[in-house]
Amino acid sequence: MSKSGTVNSKKQILHKQAFEGIPYLKLLGIRLDFVNDELTVVLPFSEQIIGNPDLPAIHGGATASLLEITAKVTLCLKILSTDPLCETKSTTLGEQDLELPKTISFYVDYLRSGKPLDSFARATVYRMGRRYASVQVEAWQDDRSRMFAQGTGHFLLI
Amino acid sequence: MFEIPSNLTEANEFIQRLPFSKALNMRVEEIGECRAVMTVPYDLQLIGNPSTGIIDGGVVTALMDTCGGLAVLIHPEVNPPMATLNLKVDYMRPANTGQQITAEAECYNVTRTVAFVRVMAFDEDRKRSVATALATYTLN
Repeated sequence: MSKSGTVNSKKQILHKQAFEGIPYLKLLGIRLDFVNDELTVVLPFSEQIIGNPDLPAIHGGATASLLEITAKVTLCLKILSTDPLCETKSTTLGEQDLELPKTISFYVDYLRSGKPLDSFARATVYRMGRRYASVQVEAWQDDRSRMFAQGTGHFLLI
Repeated sequence: MFEIPSNLTEANEFIQRLPFSKALNMRVEEIGECRAVMTVPYDLQLIGNPSTGIIDGGVVTALMDTCGGLAVLIHPEVNPPMATLNLKVDYMRPANTGQQITAEAECYNVTRTVAFVRVMAFDEDRKRSVATALATYTLN
């Protein structure tokens, strides 16, 4: 059961386990939250992600990581859901089998400083061709309508 | 926090005070007038792709952001505080498994309000860069 009380499908639980098991995501404490079919990636606040201890504010690198991870995971799930050959694979998915798209470029726009709060991000795949995909991500904290960072990425599909 | 480091030891002390930089084991290797070189050693905890063992792109981005910020901070015409305004990273190739990542940043222009930086990232193969980045930082 996710935080919002939505019962996740078996496939979503597998996806959650596979992605959350990636070492860097584990280090950051990143979680995948599914509400129906929509994915929100959560970066819980922790002392270790602080970049400016005076304010305090979240490190720009941690924010950028959240955005890029959200874009990649969202894209990966889209590939798994659109490719019929992947359908079987996605039900037996383990973290070793994840074929993650490769980042070609990623742009981060820091709109305001990340407060010492949990951060959330959601991505939209704007175009997915045979080789390239274009993804946009937005991140917010306590107010869904006030983004604190946004990003755009181009990815290479294998 | 924004005391301007004047030598390598102070620069490393400064980086160590940033919890996230410390968590990723970032180190300052060189500082110049508007130039900084920083590294992150290979660590199993930083893997972003378990099937290849390659370090996550986010780690490279975080290193480039920090290294760029340091290059701004030590620029003689800059007055802190400062924060990253934007950052664009191009990934040329995945970093080799097991190798440390090095970022070299140069703050090539500053105005009263904005600093402009370019960064290159390498692994132990210094001939081909892993990533390049352009970033701007807000000042004052």
